[in-house]
This record gives sequence, structure tokens and C-alpha cells, in this order.
Amino acid sequence: MNSKEIFETIKSDCKSLITEAFMGIDIPTFVVEPDSLLEFMKYIKKMPQLSFDLIADITAVDYPNRAKRFELVYHIFSIKNAVRIRVKTKVEDGGSVESVTSIWRGAEWLEREVFDMFGVTFKNHPDLRRILMNEDYKYHPLKKEFPLQGYEES
Amino acid sequence: MAEEKKYMTLSMGPQHPATHGVLRVILELDGEVVHKAIPVIGHLHRGVEKLGEARTYLQNIVFSDRLDYTSAMNNNLAYCLTVEKLCGVEVPDRAKVIRVIMAELSRIAAHLIWLATHALDIGAMTLYFYCFREREEILDMFEMTSGQRLTPSYIRIGGLMNDLPEGFLERLKKFVDNFDAHVDEYETLLTKNPIWIARTKGVGYISAEDAINWGITGPVLRGSGVKFDFRKATPYSGYENFEFDIPTGTHGDCYDRYLVRLEELRQSNRILKQAIKMLPSGPVNADVPQLVFPEKEKVLNNIESLIMQFKLASGGFTVPKGEVYASVENAKGEFGYYIVSDGSSNPYRMRIKSSCFINLSALPFIVKGSMVADVVAVIGSIDIVLGEIDR
Amino acid sequence: MGIESHLGIITTSLDKIVNWGRKNSLWPMTFGLACCALEMMVAASARHDISRFGAEVFRGSPRQADLLIVPGTLTKKMLPYVLRLYNQMPEPKWVIAYGACACSGGIFNTYNVVQGVDKVIPVDVYVAGCPPKPEALLRAIVMLRKKIEKETLKDRV
Repeated sequence: MNSKEIFETIKSDCKSLITEAFMGIDIPTFVVEPDSLLEFMKYIKKMPQLSFDLIADITAVDYPNRAKRFELVYHIFSIKNAVRIRVKTKVEDGGSVESVTSIWRGAEWLEREVFDMFGVTFKNHPDLRRILMNEDYKYHPLKKEFPLQGYEES
Repeated sequence: MAEEKKYMTLSMGPQHPATHGVLRVILELDGEVVHKAIPVIGHLHRGVEKLGEARTYLQNIVFSDRLDYTSAMNNNLAYCLTVEKLCGVEVPDRAKVIRVIMAELSRIAAHLIWLATHALDIGAMTLYFYCFREREEILDMFEMTSGQRLTPSYIRIGGLMNDLPEGFLERLKKFVDNFDAHVDEYETLLTKNPIWIARTKGVGYISAEDAINWGITGPVLRGSGVKFDFRKATPYSGYENFEFDIPTGTHGDCYDRYLVRLEELRQSNRILKQAIKMLPSGPVNADVPQLVFPEKEKVLNNIESLIMQFKLASGGFTVPKGEVYASVENAKGEFGYYIVSDGSSNPYRMRIKSSCFINLSALPFIVKGSMVADVVAVIGSIDIVLGEIDR
Repeated sequence: MGIESHLGIITTSLDKIVNWGRKNSLWPMTFGLACCALEMMVAASARHDISRFGAEVFRGSPRQADLLIVPGTLTKKMLPYVLRLYNQMPEPKWVIAYGACACSGGIFNTYNVVQGVDKVIPVDVYVAGCPPKPEALLRAIVMLRKKIEKETLKDRV
């Protein structure tokens, strides 16, 4: 299946879970609510024609002007169809989202990095602690208000 | 009565000859057997993603080199492909073929370092000198193109920094003609060597389903039997015009990954031979004056070109609003960039997807139950570069 | 006076012999931080032979090394380890800051990068470049040898 067909299939099957769906620059993009995230991810992995089995990346983008300032972005790849998909969900400051480590184990360190850099917590994560900064570091560096050179005492 | 087992905690610390950089692995040992292995990373976290938001698109090319510093031009290519996708720019055919040449030379250079250090860790020191001898020739060629050996930044947005210098193709031909014999030389040293086989066969096993579940890409995935390569699955920069095979292993252990990478050296050489034959003539930069510097002769003689160059170099160019993800098949796996642009001259968010980061996260799973000495072999065969992991 | 001038000749000759021994057998420690470590490894390989200066034995343990080449960026997370390694090296010891990041933080002026390794340990030779060519490392070793020649036994016990 190519990316257009996949886009139409998911759009029609998951109408209840999706808030927005559009074709980005040649990659299907879906925005879901945090509560429906786990169900949506299970669907795209388990459906035999879709089989999105390779987790490529989990990250977040900070929009401090929005009420739900963090936009979590998941990129998942399907080896069978050679197609990539982007799934987004919005989370507020200090908010938390279900972890997808039960679906793809490779998400473990990726979610730890999002926690370290942005402060978003993941429910049911096997080992949620900082990964790049020291464990007792107080700040989350990729938030927009954190200065580039950091704070003196850190 | 069950006694609580006491484990010895050994810190394979950030300074260690075999950790390929500043990686710390906390090992919990039961005698010689590993009960738990916890990698601690972040000792080289330089904040490249945050720095990317404060620099223009052109300045960020320099940071991309220093991520996977063993194969720098592949990273340049990933970044430039991403920004070009965002701007909707298509580079000319000559630039595509030259980019393939540079990417494959970088892949060979990275695999040579892998072979040298992996063999050195396990104890075979001679290979170190042989591999670095070949790598020197590649670095000399890189130095011809842009003046820098290790971190060339030769691939730019919209094309290349400048056309190939005189004498480059002759040197490349000479290298390519001799390289297959060198790979045979490495094979005679290691492939049937009983010590090498004892240290790597059956060590560090991971099955194909587990590898996909962990998100592993690159030679580690191929060593477990999954015939998958991003250059064939989602071709970029003209790779669809080249003929090459995807070597795959069967057993998913260190020995098979070694064989896969050796064969990749031969396949990269095959691509280089084809590239030399099919190199077209023409411009190397896309005709997009908003993105690409004008030619040097025009800049030195023409006031409009001088002003254009000054504006592009100091202020940077603006990029349309949007978000894009693009990746390449690096020597280690999938290396990608996710860039969110808000229409200004700096990226709003520059995210670097690194394959080594995900490959290394599977280390505790792979080494559980093996011996301490096998941890060294497995780290070498996963082939990590801390610059890419920590960014 | 007479005796002191005789002692002067003895101590300067002793200085010369000791310095000759030290400068001809500088043993570096395997300490690679970032990209410059690759150029350091190249300096140890066959084309730019570092072993002509007696330095091809890269010791794994700091207790057996006397030269610390710092190639690459020093981050705040790595700082305690570098300090501990430097303190574990016995005297006499020398430090070469190899590369722009070790000299002054390089292109990374961010929250986790120490702007120069000389903020924490004393440096003898600075080598600029990003990364510097291996020939620059060999030149740094030659400069270090000239520096060692001028030392007296009073400076380093």
C-alpha cells in the first residue's frame, strides 16, 4: 500500500480517535487526543496491511503560547510498505501521556529523552528517569524559556 | 533456604579503551556472567538541538558533521535533504551523483574505523594499521574537496560547496581499483581465524522480531536476517539508478554483523565504480538564488552577487513554514532530521534522529546472561558513536 | 662559591638526563572524548607515526600514563571523571588541549559544555583546529618536549 492508500484507510477506520488528519509533505500526519493515543498506536501496528512496526522517533515541540504547549510527535515506519507516518498529540505543561513501550520496546529511551528535555511524563514507563543530563538536574533544557548557556548554578 | 544473591557492580567507566567514546556501562555481575547492564550516556551532550534553534540553516550544516563524526558527509546529506524537502528544491543530476560518491566514501571510512576498533578491542591489533592506511586515502580525497579531513561540510543546501577539484576523479579511480584487494586482505586475517570465531560466533544474539521491536536499523538489523536498507526502500539522491545488493546475515550474532559490514564495503565500492562511469556534466548547484551562494568569480567581479552573498551569509535565508522529516541510511542505521520551521531564518525545532541511540538501548537486552568479555564484543559490533547518541 | 658551583653542574647535568628520559618516553592515556579523538588515533597509526616520540604505548590506566591529551568537548557531566583521572595520574604529568573544544569550548557555547578544559586542569600546550590535523598533534608534542627540556628538578619532584 502506498502512503495515500494508507492515509485513506486509517482516516476511515479510526474516525473516532482522530482530531485532525492531513498529508504533510508526502507523509500522512494524524493528530489524536492523549487518551486515544495507545489505542491508535496499537491499531496501526497490529493491522496486517499497515504493520507499522519500526519506531523511528519520538520527540516534542514546545509552543509556549498555546494552552497545551507541548506537541508530542511520533514517527513510525512500516518495513512492509516502506511508508512513514507521523502521529501527534498535545500535552500541557507538567502533563503526562501513556507510554508506548508496551507496543514498541525501542520507545523506552526515546521517551526518557522527551522527559529529560521537556518534562513530559509517561505513564507505565518501565524506567522513567533522566538520560542525557545528570539525574539531579533541575531544569528541562529544550523548553523555550531555558537560555542557551543555561543557568550559572547548574 | 533461598539466599539473596549478591551481585558485584562494576563500572565500565566513561574512560575505557573499548567503549568507543565516553560511554559508561554499569555492570552487575554474578562472577563473570552479566546479570544486568545499564548504559549511562550524556557525557558528550553538547546541546546541538538547542543550539540549532539559535543558528541559521546554513550554520547548522557544521553541527551535522560533528554528530556521527566517523562518516561526516552522510550527516551533511541528511540535513541538506531535509531542508531541501522543506523548500521544495531539486538539485541537479551532477550534484546527486557526487553526493552519492561522498556518502559511499563516508560509509567506507566509517566501516574501516569500525573494523579497526572492533578488532582492536578483541585483540587483533594489526588490522588497525591496515584500516587506517585506507582511511587516510579517503580523508585525503575529502581534504581535496573542501579543505577539511574529518568534518568537510561539503554538501550544502541546494547542491555542493563547489565542483569537484581537478585530480579528484583520478584519485578516486585509483582508490576504487585497489580497494577490493584490501577487503580480501582483511578477510584473510579474520574471517576463518579460530580466535575471532570463538569470540564472535554465537555472541550477542538478537532475533529479527526483537530487533524490529527495539527499533534497530542498519547492519545490526540486517545481521539478524531482515533484508532492509533505506537506500532501496525509500531512495534518495538518485540511489534508484545504482545497482547494489543488500547483504544479510542469518544468525543475528556478532560474527554475522561482521560479515554483513565487510560485504557492505564491497557493495559501496561497486556503487563508486558505477558513479564514476555515470557522472554527468552540468551545474552542481540548483538555480535558486535565495538559497545558494553565487559563484565565486561573480562575487569577486559583480556587486549584485557580492551583496547577495553577504545577505545569505550574515542574515541567512528564510524557509517556508512547515515541518518535514527526512532520513538517510548512515553507516550505522537510519539517521534523520525532523525540522519544524516557522518561516524565519532559524529552525523552530531541529530534531536529530540517531540510529545509535536506539541501537544502544537494546544493549541490556542483548548482553543479559553473557560473559563480561562479550560485552566488549557486543558494543563493538553494535558500532556506536557517542557524538550521535548524545548530540 | 666553589662547592655550590660544583653542585650547580651536578644538578644541571642531572636535570638534563632526567628531562631527556622524560621527554623521550611520553606515555599518553587512552582518553578520547569526541571527534578529535579520531585524529589522535590517526596520529598513532602508520602514516603519522607517534611512536617516533616514544608515545605509541597508550596506557589504559591513568596510574601508568604521564601525558593527558584531551581531544574533544568537555561537558559538565564528564567533568568529575576528568578531574579524578587527572588526580590519579602521578607526577610528572603534562596536558595537551587538542582541538577547539578543549581549548575554549569550540563552537558549542551551551548549557552542558565547559568552555575550555583549562577551567579545571592546568594545560601545557594548546592545539587549535576543528579538528586539527594529526601533524598539529605531533608539533604539539615537539613543543612539549622543548618545554620539558627547560624544566628543573625543583619544579617537579
